[in-house]
Amino acid sequence: MSINRIIPVAGIAVLLLVLPFVIPSYFMHLVIQILIFAFIYTAWALMGRFGFVSFGHGAFMGIGAYVPALLWNYYNVTPWLGIPLAVVLSALLGVVIGYPCFRLKVVGHYFALVTLALSQVVLLSLTAARDITGGSLGLTIRTVGHSWYALQFPEKIYFYGIAIVVWLIGLYAWQRVDHGISREALEAISEGEDAAAAVGINVLREKLRVTIISAALTALGGAIYGQYFMYLNPETVSGIAVSLQIVFAVIAGGLYSLMGPTVGAIITLSLTEGLRVFFGTHFIGAANTIYGILLVLCIIFLPQGIVGKLQGITLRRRGPAKPVAAPQ
Amino acid sequence: MDLFLLEAIINGILLGGVLALLALGLNLIFGVIDVVWIAYADIVMCGMYVLYYLYAQFGVPLPIAFLVAIVSMAAMGVLVHVLIIAPVLESAPINQLLATGGLLFFLQSFATLLFGTEFKNIGVRLPILEVADIYISFSRLLAFGIGLVGAVVLYVFLKRTYIGTAIRAIAQDRDIIGLMGVDQRKIYLVTSAIGGALAGLAACLLALQYDVHPYIGNQFGPVIFMICVLGGLGNMIGGFIASFIISMIIAIGGYYSNTELAYVFAFAFFIVLMFVRPRGLFSR
Repeated sequence: MSINRIIPVAGIAVLLLVLPFVIPSYFMHLVIQILIFAFIYTAWALMGRFGFVSFGHGAFMGIGAYVPALLWNYYNVTPWLGIPLAVVLSALLGVVIGYPCFRLKVVGHYFALVTLALSQVVLLSLTAARDITGGSLGLTIRTVGHSWYALQFPEKIYFYGIAIVVWLIGLYAWQRVDHGISREALEAISEGEDAAAAVGINVLREKLRVTIISAALTALGGAIYGQYFMYLNPETVSGIAVSLQIVFAVIAGGLYSLMGPTVGAIITLSLTEGLRVFFGTHFIGAANTIYGILLVLCIIFLPQGIVGKLQGITLRRRGPAKPVAAPQ
Repeated sequence: MDLFLLEAIINGILLGGVLALLALGLNLIFGVIDVVWIAYADIVMCGMYVLYYLYAQFGVPLPIAFLVAIVSMAAMGVLVHVLIIAPVLESAPINQLLATGGLLFFLQSFATLLFGTEFKNIGVRLPILEVADIYISFSRLLAFGIGLVGAVVLYVFLKRTYIGTAIRAIAQDRDIIGLMGVDQRKIYLVTSAIGGALAGLAACLLALQYDVHPYIGNQFGPVIFMICVLGGLGNMIGGFIASFIISMIIAIGGYYSNTELAYVFAFAFFIVLMFVRPRGLFSR
């Protein structure tokens, strides 16, 4: 690792270590949320960066959040079993939807809209099963106080630790994909499937692998989200709104860089939180109105995201810019 | 046959008429401009609010309110194109999709800010017809009829007029059309206006049946995209037929279980069909 990389990494590590001792509880809450969503966004970007734009990640997040919560509430099954089960189910769903899609070359708009239908299926199923899930009134996870068995901690510091761990898992997965042979293959696929197949790339296997990783990690993120908030609502963990929110944050932060999704999480969550505090409850919708305008402006003027833009500037200063793969 | 089932089927057909109208507008825009307006159903929501305020609040006569709603939504379509779509026309498709997704966020929250989250009804009570023990809501029948008329008018417009021909030509070959002396930007504006007007017309018909609230777009939006994809994006006749298939699944599914599960059936049916016909039911 070069000195250019050690300094920022060490800086972030020190910041994360010091943060819990200096900031008040409310900001801890915000930081934990940012870390959990940064993880989910990173998981989405694993697929998104290669042009497989999924609007269905709300489905994976919903499964991740609801499966452990329902098992715990009704059967006393510890989340330590529930979460892996949710992750496996989600990965399976990823295969069920991904395999035919990739096999039959459902790409671009079609892929986005098929996955959108998937997240609607999960959203509506959760709402329809209101006898079990509480429907749109939501589901409260049964509390037992401080417990490792139930993965419930009233003190924020525990979830702070957990959130950092999952976030690092997300970054690690990104690095593995980024540095592995798969990346070359996937970039080739995103530029032309037939050409990629012609040079001997197993298009189906490469796409499926990254989909499974992405779906599984998103479910894990959803599960941690559920354990932390202790309250689930179909609208806040799945469906079109959540799926769009994921895609937006990543685009805002930057799709093609390691820290892009994290920056996206920091920007979007601080912005929503900041606007919410600023406008208070008098103007319901004001915060999201501004948010929506910013999103549109961001996509028109900063299509490669904020991190991408910054990198573009530094790269240009250092020499000729490296060509960036065009999104499909 | 069970009388209630028959009633459900008839209601399904009637629902299909309005969905077909919406699918038509979305397909037109996609076919010509090659952009999916994720926020299309939310433009319908705006139209419903225009109608509500004009008719229920300010007492404007209903036909005039209808006309104003349609015209103002046509203007809105042009505005959306100029402000949001035109700047990203050369961008990646995903960015175009997201730009209109940002519009969706904006419209829903701005409507919440302006009008609040209450459900509002324009308060037009149309009679319910009884035909041989089957109850048919007149507002649905009206919506169905006007939806069909709208579709036919659009068809004639596309077939018989110069601009209509140019629109169809551009949908077939975007690059060559400039050489034929057609102003592409003008065609885009006209298409956006027609798309907006169709949303406005659908808003008028839906306002007779449903209460308006800021999130009503979420109720129709995903279904319309699904219909368009099922019929083949850009394929208007395919979308028209797909509207009735989907509305029938929703109606019959709703009869045997509940509304949410009916939508689940419809979405699941859609996903499965995409694997059988990846480019839509009626792809060539």
